[in-house]
Amino acid sequence: MDKLGSIFLPPAKSTIAGEVDALFNFITGTSLLILVAIMAVVIFLLIKYRRKSDDDVTSLNDHNTALEIVWSIIPVFLVIYVFYRGFTDYIKIGTAPDDAYEIQVIGQKWNWTFKYANGNTSPNELHVPAGRPVKLVMQSRDVLHSFYIPDYRVKHDVIPGRYTTLWFEALEPGESTVFCTEYCGTSHSDMMAKVIVHSGEDFDKWLKESGGRPSDMPLAEYGKQLYSKSGCQTCHSIDGSKLVGPSYKGAFGSTHTFADGTSAVVDENYIKNSILNPNAQVVAGYAPVMPTYQGILSNDDIDAIIEFIKELK
Amino acid sequence: MAHSSNSNLAHHFVDSEQQFDASKMGMWIFLVTEILFFGGLFAAYIIYRAWYPELYIMASSQLNTTMGAINTGVLILSSLTMALSIWSAQNNDRKKTTIFLAVTIICAIIFMIIKYFEYTHKFHLGIFPGAYYTFTGIDHVKAPQFFSIYYMMTGLHGIHVIIGVGLMIWLVIKNQKQAFSSSYYTPIEIVGLYWHVVDIIWIFLFPLLYLID
Amino acid sequence: MDNTTTSPNIGLKLKRFTSPDHPEVNFAQAEKGIKAWLTTIDHKKIGLMYLGSIAFFFFIGGLLALLLRWELWTPAKTFLDADAYNQVFTLHGAIMIFLVLVPSVPAALGNFFLPIMVGAKDVAFPRLNLLSFYIYLTGAFFSLYSIVTGAIDTGWTFYTPYSAQTSASVVSMTFGVFVLGFSSILTGLNFIVTIHKLRVPGLTWGKLPLFLWSIYATSVIQILATPVLAITLLLLIMERTLKIGIFDPTLGGDPVLYQHFFWFYSHPAVYIMILPGFGVISEIIGIFSKRRVFGYWFIALSSMAIALMGFLVWGHHMFVSGQSTLSSVVFSLITFFVGIPTGIKIFNWVATMYKGSISLRTPMWYALMFLFLFTIGGFTGVTLGTLSVDVHLHDTYYVVAHFHYVMMGGMLVAFLGGIHLWWPKMTGRMYNEKLANLSALLIFIGFNMTFFTQFILGAKGMPRRYYHYIDQFQSLHQFSTVGSWVIGLGFSIMLFYLLKSLGKKGVIAPKNPWGGRSLEWMTQTPPVMENFDYTPVVIHGPYDFHKPIAEFEYGIEGSDSHGHDHNSEQHDNKHSVNA
Repeated sequence: MDKLGSIFLPPAKSTIAGEVDALFNFITGTSLLILVAIMAVVIFLLIKYRRKSDDDVTSLNDHNTALEIVWSIIPVFLVIYVFYRGFTDYIKIGTAPDDAYEIQVIGQKWNWTFKYANGNTSPNELHVPAGRPVKLVMQSRDVLHSFYIPDYRVKHDVIPGRYTTLWFEALEPGESTVFCTEYCGTSHSDMMAKVIVHSGEDFDKWLKESGGRPSDMPLAEYGKQLYSKSGCQTCHSIDGSKLVGPSYKGAFGSTHTFADGTSAVVDENYIKNSILNPNAQVVAGYAPVMPTYQGILSNDDIDAIIEFIKELK
Repeated sequence: MAHSSNSNLAHHFVDSEQQFDASKMGMWIFLVTEILFFGGLFAAYIIYRAWYPELYIMASSQLNTTMGAINTGVLILSSLTMALSIWSAQNNDRKKTTIFLAVTIICAIIFMIIKYFEYTHKFHLGIFPGAYYTFTGIDHVKAPQFFSIYYMMTGLHGIHVIIGVGLMIWLVIKNQKQAFSSSYYTPIEIVGLYWHVVDIIWIFLFPLLYLID
Repeated sequence: MDNTTTSPNIGLKLKRFTSPDHPEVNFAQAEKGIKAWLTTIDHKKIGLMYLGSIAFFFFIGGLLALLLRWELWTPAKTFLDADAYNQVFTLHGAIMIFLVLVPSVPAALGNFFLPIMVGAKDVAFPRLNLLSFYIYLTGAFFSLYSIVTGAIDTGWTFYTPYSAQTSASVVSMTFGVFVLGFSSILTGLNFIVTIHKLRVPGLTWGKLPLFLWSIYATSVIQILATPVLAITLLLLIMERTLKIGIFDPTLGGDPVLYQHFFWFYSHPAVYIMILPGFGVISEIIGIFSKRRVFGYWFIALSSMAIALMGFLVWGHHMFVSGQSTLSSVVFSLITFFVGIPTGIKIFNWVATMYKGSISLRTPMWYALMFLFLFTIGGFTGVTLGTLSVDVHLHDTYYVVAHFHYVMMGGMLVAFLGGIHLWWPKMTGRMYNEKLANLSALLIFIGFNMTFFTQFILGAKGMPRRYYHYIDQFQSLHQFSTVGSWVIGLGFSIMLFYLLKSLGKKGVIAPKNPWGGRSLEWMTQTPPVMENFDYTPVVIHGPYDFHKPIAEFEYGIEGSDSHGHDHNSEQHDNKHSVNA
C-alpha cells in the first residue's frame, strides 16, 4: 500500500499527512482490486459467452435477489468505513490545538505575506518551528485564493472580508512549497511561497533576527532580497522586458507617462507612492492591477527598495 | 367532430384530449421551472434577512404597504377574472371570454401603474439598486442590500406580469377571430395557469417584503 | 405466429406490418433544401442539426484542449502568455460543458429516437423543439461572442469576486449560458410530456427501453436544476452591471454564497451529463449480449433516485471553501450514498453479459471502454468525497482527471457508442468497422495516457488552472500532452469514416443490423417522415430477444391508438389509453 502511495503522493511532512495517506492508499488500493476483479470477470464473460451463431439461446434470468443484496451491502459497509475515517481525520484537520502558534496570512494578487506575533513580516516565506502546531489565520485583500501545502496535506480557501484558519505541525526542519489553489487571475500559478521549518531554537533565533533588514546589510542589497521575496519580480523585470508592470531597468530618474496623459519623474516619492497607492498613477499601457503593500512593507523596507531600483541603470 | 375538419389538432396527436392533456402538463412543468427560478431569489432573501434581520424590518417601512395591498387585491381579482374567461370559453360564450380577458388585462395594467408609482417614489428619494443607492434615511450600513433584493424580486415579477399581458392580448385577438370555442380553448387554459402562478408568486412576495415592519 | 393476433391486456385486434428495409421517401427526402431543414418541426431533422452543431463545438473545444496541453509541454511559456492560457482553459470548459455535454445525448440522440421508441410521430411540442434548437444557437453565439469582446478567464465556474470585478466580458458569456439553459429546460419539458402522453398501446412503463428511463430522469433534473443556474447567472450579471452587492464582499455580498448557488445547479448538472450515457450503455449491452438487462427496475428507479438525491450533495465541491464543518460532513455522507446505486449499475451491466451471446461490434467496444473508464472515474469520485483526502486533492489535477474520466470517459464514450449504434438507423449507412474499432482503440489509449497521468500530478500536489508549473512535473505533463495527440488522431479518423459512409460509395445499412427489439429497429432505415405507417402496439419488452422480430412488428391501421373511427362523435369524449 505504501509503495502505491509513493507513486502518487509527496513526502509526508506533517503529523496528519501519514493518516491522510493511509486512507488515500486504502481507497486507491481497494478500488484497484475491485476494478481488476470487474475487468477479469468481463474478460472471462467475453470469452466464455461469445456469440457462436445468430441462433444462440440466452438466459432469461434478469434477477438474482441474493446476488443483488450481497453486491449492495458490501459497498455500503465499505463506504461507511471510508466515510467514517475521512470524517474523523477531517475533524482533526479542522481543529487546531489550543496552544498552536498563530501566524497571520494575507493573500493578495499575487503574493503571500506572513505576520508574526512579534510584529515581524516575511513576504512569501512562512517560517515555522518543527514539532509545534502552527495555526494560520488567513484573509484575502481582493479575490478568493486558497492556501495549499501539498507536503502537509492541508488546504483552505482564503476569502476577502472574512478570516479562515488552517493548522499543521511540521515534523522536521526543511522546506516545502505553498501553492495558491483557487484561480485568481493572470499570475495565479506564480503565487507561491516557501515554508521554512526551523528547529525549535533556530526558530526563536530567526524571529529575533528577522525584524527587517540586518543592521549590517546595505539598503540596496536588502532591497534586492525584497524584490524577489515580496513578489515584485512577478510583475516587474530588471532587464527591461515588459511584464505585467513596467521594468525597473533605467526607471529611476526617467519620466513616466500615465494613462490620463499626465507624467512625472520617477524619484523617491514616486516610488514610495507607487508601493502604497499603486493605482493612483498608472503608467500608460499597463493594467491597474498592482495591490498595495500598505501594512506589509515597513518604511525601512521601502527605503531599501528605492535604493535597489536606483542602482538598476 | 370529424377529424379532417379539426384543424386545431396537431398531426402527431391522436385526439384533442391527448393534445389538451399534453399542453396542460407542459405548462405545469414550465411553471415548476418558474417556481425554482424565483426560488433562488427567495433563498437569497432568506439568507440576507437571517444575517441582517434589523435591516429588513427598518427598510420594509420604506415600502408603501397600502399600495402593496391594493396590488395584491388587484392580482387576486385578476386571477378570478382569468378563471372566468376560461369558464366562458368552456361554455362557448365568445363575448364573455373576451370581456373577462380584457378585465384581467386591465387589472394587470393597474398593477403595473401602481408599481410605477412605487418605483418612481423610491427613485425620487434616491433609493436605487446597488451602487446607485443614495438614500440616507435608513441607518444601516447594508441598507442598499435590501433594496437590491427588493428590486430584483419585484422587477422580475413585473417582467412576468408584462409578458402575461402580452399573452392575454394575443388571446383576445385570436378569440375575436373566433379561434376558440368549447371544443378548443387550450391556449386560454394554459395562459390561465401561467397567470395564476404569477399571482401566487406575488402573494409570497408581498408579506415577505411589505409586511415585516 | 400468423399475421394477425390479439394483444393481451388491451384486446385490440392487431395486424403485422412488415416493411422493406428502405422506404421510398425517407424523412430527409420528404422535405428538401436548406430552408426545409432550418424550418422543420420534424424531431429527426432537429436531432441531426443538434448532432452537427454539437460535433462542431466539440471540435472547437477539442482544439482548445490540444492548445492547452501543448502550452503545458514546458513549465514556463511555450507559446501562449498567461492571460491567453487562462482564457483557453475557461473557454474549453464552458464549451465542453454547456455546448457539448449537457445537450449531447438528449438533444441529438434523444430528439431523434425518443418519439420513435414510444411509437409516436413526433415529440409532444414539435415547434417548441425547433425553438429550443434556435435558443441553443443563440446561447452559443453570446457565449462565443465573449471571445471577441474580452475573453473571460474565470474558469467555467465564474467564481466571485473575481468574476464580478474582472474587466472581461463576463456578461456576454454568462448571458449566453443563461440562454442555453432555456434550451435545456424546454427540451426536458418536451421529453417528459412525450413519455407521459404519447406512448402507444401496450407500452407500459415497465416496457420502456432503459434509454428512455434515463432520458426521463435527466429531463427531471433539467427542469428542476437549470432555473437555479439561470437566477444565479442573472444575479451575477446584476452584480456586475448594477452592483447589487450579493456576492462581492466590497459591495457587501458573500462570495461563498455564490458557490452555494452555483453548485446547487452544477452538481445535478453532472447527473444530466451522465444519466443519458447510462441509458445508451444499457441499450448497447442488452443488444450485444442478446439478453435482458439485469435488474431492469433497479436501473430504472435508481436513475430517478440519483436524479433527486443529486440535489442534496452540492457542498462536496466546497469542503475547503469556509462552509461549516457540519455542512461538509452531511454533504460527504450523502455523497457516498448517491454513489452506491451508480456502482451497482456497473455490476448489473456486467451481469447482463452472463449467459448471453456476446457480439463484439463497435458499439460494444465503446460500452466496454465505458465500463473501465467510468469505474475509474467513479472510484476517484469516492476518493474526492472523502473529507480528509479531499482537503489534499481539492483544486488539483486529481479533480481534473476525475471529471474527465466520468464526463469524457463516461458520457462522451457512451455518446460515441450511441452514435455508432444508431448511425445505420439515422443515416441508412454503415461505417467502416475496422476504422471505427481503430479509432476507438486510439481514443482509449490516448485518453488513459492523457488523464491517468493527471491523477498522479494532482496527488503529488499540482494545482489546476496553472499556466506555470514546477520543473519536476514536466515529464508527466509531456506524457499527458502526447496522449492528447493520440486522442486527436482517433477523432480525426472517426470524422473521416463517418463522413465517408455518407458519400456516394457509402455502404447501405439494413433496417436492423444488430437485431434490436425496441421500436426504433422496426422502422425503415432511415425512417419515414412520420416514423411509422401504422400505429405500433407493443406486446413484448425491449430486451425480449428470445421472441422473434416478427412479433415486434404488430400494430393497428392508421394513427389512432384507440383503434376506432375518428369520425365518431363519441371519439373525443373517451379517455386516452395512455393516462
